[in-house]
Amino acid sequence: MQPFIRHTGVGVPLRRSNVDTDQIIPAVYLKRVSRTGFADGLFSAWRTQPDFVLNSEPFRSGSVLVAGPDFGTGSSREHAVWALSDYGFRVVISSRFGDIFRGNAGKQGLLAAQCDHPDVELLWTLLENEPGTAVTVDLVEKTVRAKHLTVSFAVDDYTRWRLLEGLDDIGLSLRHSESIAEFESARPSWMPTTATVAGD
Amino acid sequence: MGRTLAEKVWDAHVVHAGDGAEPDLLYIDLHLVHEVTSPQAFDGLRQAGRPVRRPDLTIATEDHNVPTEDIDLPIADEVSATQVNTLRRNCAEFGVRSHPMGDSEQGIVHVMGPQLGLTQPGLTVVCGDSHTSTHGAFGALAFGIGTSEVEHVLATQTLPLRPFKTMAITVDSAKGELPPGVTSKDIILAVIAKIGTGGGQGYVLEYRGNAIENLSMESRMTICNMSIEAGARAGMIAPDETTFGYLKGRPHAPRGADWETALDYWRSLRTDAGATFDAEVHIDADALVPFVTWGTNPGQGLPLSGRVPDPSAMSDEGERVATEKALSYMDLVPGTPMREIAVDVVFLGSCTNGRIEDLRAAAEVLRGRSVRDGLRMLVVPGSMQVRAQAEAEGLHEIFTAAGAQWRSAGCSMCLGMNPDQLSPGERAASTSNRNFEGRQGKGGRTHLVSPLVAAATAVRGSLSAPDDLD
Repeated sequence: MQPFIRHTGVGVPLRRSNVDTDQIIPAVYLKRVSRTGFADGLFSAWRTQPDFVLNSEPFRSGSVLVAGPDFGTGSSREHAVWALSDYGFRVVISSRFGDIFRGNAGKQGLLAAQCDHPDVELLWTLLENEPGTAVTVDLVEKTVRAKHLTVSFAVDDYTRWRLLEGLDDIGLSLRHSESIAEFESARPSWMPTTATVAGD
Repeated sequence: MGRTLAEKVWDAHVVHAGDGAEPDLLYIDLHLVHEVTSPQAFDGLRQAGRPVRRPDLTIATEDHNVPTEDIDLPIADEVSATQVNTLRRNCAEFGVRSHPMGDSEQGIVHVMGPQLGLTQPGLTVVCGDSHTSTHGAFGALAFGIGTSEVEHVLATQTLPLRPFKTMAITVDSAKGELPPGVTSKDIILAVIAKIGTGGGQGYVLEYRGNAIENLSMESRMTICNMSIEAGARAGMIAPDETTFGYLKGRPHAPRGADWETALDYWRSLRTDAGATFDAEVHIDADALVPFVTWGTNPGQGLPLSGRVPDPSAMSDEGERVATEKALSYMDLVPGTPMREIAVDVVFLGSCTNGRIEDLRAAAEVLRGRSVRDGLRMLVVPGSMQVRAQAEAEGLHEIFTAAGAQWRSAGCSMCLGMNPDQLSPGERAASTSNRNFEGRQGKGGRTHLVSPLVAAATAVRGSLSAPDDLD
């Protein structure tokens, strides 16, 4: 995974709450077996509407999405993160994220930055009044800067460390291989396995 | 200090305790796999040269994509076929047991696990699907994960996780039973309307109280299933005699002396009297009525006797805007009685309400009645086992005699990844779990309902409870 330290890009105001993962990418787009090629499906229903924010310049080439509360709720589909990343987003800002979405984002190098909603409102106003404003998201300082505005965001320390270092989770867990083997040897033998049994 | 049920299960699975900054590493007892969220995970293993660590704790089936008619023919949609074939190839290559289309155990992954007896109290259960919370009905800690985590579990049989907060949702009734016509679906829709779609974020919900204790396992699964719609990672119900009775004799349930050993352990899986929850919510079961949704998220629900809400009467700006957007998408006029909303389609099925008890309840309403002219009703059993059981009981004859379509097992119109979809502008009463924009088909409109309301709605043609029928 590419380390994430800071990123500067065009901010996109998405004035909607409860943006669930079905809106981010509808199920019909989930049939690919690769991790790429999902950009076309991003917000596909809304992108058919001419007044949708991503249909106008300079937002079309944005990379910092500023959304309302409860972004990424619903389905566990990691395709939502792949679609955002594939489109070019590196950061999503919201006052509240769906838990699974936030976890998925951290594993793919997409920063889910949690800002207080009044700060999201300030960013929306700025980005709408001055379209094309560059937003700098600094993971070291945990700040979002745009023009005169500087607001802080929250991200859990472990995710921040992994993003800053670009570390892969599986490798980190495999450092505990001995503990895993030890745990397995102590599991009661009556616990279920999926090996076929009589009556299956 | 006592511990909650969730904390007991968590503590029993810590492989490596984190130091505060680092999360705990948790062992996973059961990993359920389906075709949509797994191909990239298997591909990651292949690229890294890693095996599946415990194929004997992993099981796969095909559910999201599969057609529910003509299942003996090749899948017509090429991309769906590719995904299903990719799962078959991956399972063969990595030694994972699979129940493909046509197999007698095939079905929605969250129906298959419990019916095989694989879902047991005290287990950690994961699947690349948010409705994994279903399995919490057995007192398992069960939650949905993303594809990167699927790969992580395949490779290590563990997940790095931070402890969830705990929330008690107590549903009590003076007599210990639900009012007539009220089902567990109405309980969970009322819970979500009360705490909101974000209310459970970061929490494991534990459902308790006498109204919960008196529910069957299938009804408990419906409640735990929709914990995710309240934003929670998991929902749990302490195991009891109902749980043990359901499990006993199932193919993967412990037998003989093992059964007794397991029972001793399972009986310890209750929240201690001295334990505290991070949050508590109380629901008065006696006040519950059939519940339906009017909007585009599962928190936008109200009693069937209610009217479409009026945004102009809302003081909160955010709520007003969200309501206006939802009503515009749903094409509803404020003040309309919910009972006057006519639907085009009724969908009975999904991991929320596709089990035998759901089919029985709906069939009882439809017995001797007919689906209204021009209305399309799909009955999609949650698994081929459920389908076989229903046919043994003659339920399929009631459905087809009423004019409903009797299908094979799969996720079907819950999310419309297969051909079962709403057309733009069509309106459905659906026993599934999500009423998001376009969820059941582009431009489709969804009202979430219980199986009883679904069946009554199919007869009257507009949102109805069985009491509304002649």
